[in-house]
Amino acid sequence: MTSPSITSTRSLLRTLAPVAVVLTVMGIALMSSGYVVTVIGFAAIYGIFCTGLNFFMGYTGQASFGQNAFACLGGYGSAILCGGLYWDPLPAFFVSMAFSGIVAAIIGYPTLKLRGHYLAMATFALGLITYEISIEWVSLTQGYMGYSGIPPLGVGKFELVSEKHQLIALTVILLVGIWISTRLRDSRFGRALRAIAGSEPAAQALGVNVARYKLLAFVIAALYASAAGSLFAHFIGFISPEVFGGAMVVQSFTMLYLGGIGTTWGPAIGALIVSMLPEFLRGLKEMQDIAYAIILVSILIFAPRGVFALIGGWFRPKAKEGDAP
Amino acid sequence: MSASPTMNASVAKSLLSVKNVTMKFGGLVANDDISFEVAEGSIHAVIGPNGAGKTTLFNVISGFFPPTSGAVEFDSQPITGLPQHAIAQAGLVRTYQLVQLFKDLTVAENVRVGFHRVTKGGIAAALFRPGWAKAQEADLTRRTAELLNFVGLTAQAEMKAEVLPYGQQRLLEVARALAAEPKLLLLDEPAAGLNVQETDQLAATIEKLSARGVTVLLVEHDMSLVMRVARRISVIDFGRKIAEGTPAEIKTNPDVLAAYLGGTETDA
Repeated sequence: MTSPSITSTRSLLRTLAPVAVVLTVMGIALMSSGYVVTVIGFAAIYGIFCTGLNFFMGYTGQASFGQNAFACLGGYGSAILCGGLYWDPLPAFFVSMAFSGIVAAIIGYPTLKLRGHYLAMATFALGLITYEISIEWVSLTQGYMGYSGIPPLGVGKFELVSEKHQLIALTVILLVGIWISTRLRDSRFGRALRAIAGSEPAAQALGVNVARYKLLAFVIAALYASAAGSLFAHFIGFISPEVFGGAMVVQSFTMLYLGGIGTTWGPAIGALIVSMLPEFLRGLKEMQDIAYAIILVSILIFAPRGVFALIGGWFRPKAKEGDAP
Repeated sequence: MSASPTMNASVAKSLLSVKNVTMKFGGLVANDDISFEVAEGSIHAVIGPNGAGKTTLFNVISGFFPPTSGAVEFDSQPITGLPQHAIAQAGLVRTYQLVQLFKDLTVAENVRVGFHRVTKGGIAAALFRPGWAKAQEADLTRRTAELLNFVGLTAQAEMKAEVLPYGQQRLLEVARALAAEPKLLLLDEPAAGLNVQETDQLAATIEKLSARGVTVLLVEHDMSLVMRVARRISVIDFGRKIAEGTPAEIKTNPDVLAAYLGGTETDA
């Protein structure tokens, strides 16, 4: 048995270590050139997206291949409201989020009755439909051309003009997002979600309204996705249908599994790794794709539950071991 | 300790009434007009040969599927056709024949999920953690420890549930179900796959929880367990109830003996 004080020191380390990692990376980015800032900014945005997706895929154990649809709604929501109708970024951000949440609830209600592969297919279709709409509804979205002239983040007259200021805002939002995820995971609500991932019949037999909790997780994931989409629009100032295409799904899955699906910090850590890795490998020229693939596969072999679960294990009391690969 | 309940059974109020339940799957009649009552505070067993329709009956009672005809009343309320979680919310909690644990959660976390029915709090409470929510969590920690102690899994509290040996997984499932403070606990073949010692431990646990005031309905194959713990037994064969009575009565019932010791049993 570990004494309580050691356990609490360890759990404190477990909490603070990832915060330190994220802040260090952001700090380095702030002292670097514009390009690095952009890369890390992307990582933070993906971190927000994946932290949300983790509610549905990690905690609740369901599959969604269509979460890019809600990033698309958020992105276009902010682009149209701010770029076209000259709203302030903040109300546009929240209105887009609310809209995405409502759409997720309406679509999720019937869709989430499906399970496993069927749910995956249905959500995949959702992503495709949204993608098609963003291309075809030219009067609203400007189609393939994309939407430009989106102002940077800001409140009222105060605009975060420089990318570095925006990166600070993104980091703060990411940390808030992870904080929410951590709080929710370790609660009656979060336990109900994780129970569904473990065994739906058992959760049901204990009085958990499985359909309702799945829907809540789906909506939360959509809210995060919408936020990520809006932030992308403001950060880059331009969006097009391709930004929220199928590649986003693949990318976010890689981040989720690499970082540690179902963990609190894993999605964000995964987003950082996957975003930065190609930059570190740039020197390898034509070998970089191969090196990238090798590194990803190795991480998945040696840390099958993700980087965060692996590192988290080092700080955990011995008695908890038993994560058989 | 279980000397007098024979008399009690007829006096106590009925907690669960199964009324003329018939369940058909296409042409197959899995349950044919089954009726029985489970008295409050009793340990009631449903027994029968393989394929007699016991698990189907359990699934009907717990709301896994509605019966083709007939009704189930729990605590004087009709529950026929209600979704499973609503039936659980009413206080009828079941376990499964194949252990259904939350494998990625620790033993203690598994039990904490069990408290879902008797606790409150959603997203807002999780996020802002008002005083009552903190007090509730602290209370859960205490009660979880108590329940783990009750089934003898204190030492395993921080282990992942999936690493437990099978017998302990069963006990954990019982502890988790108890966390939900059921009025009626349905145990679906709790002794399946257990060795003699583990079955012993399970029987002791069932007797202890009956002493805590939980009414138990179990479907079971293991006759030694049934004869040891049950106060009342219903026997079903080919989907029909063929006998009901105390263990002593059932042991000598000719129909039951025929069903168990041969005759024309052809089902799987």
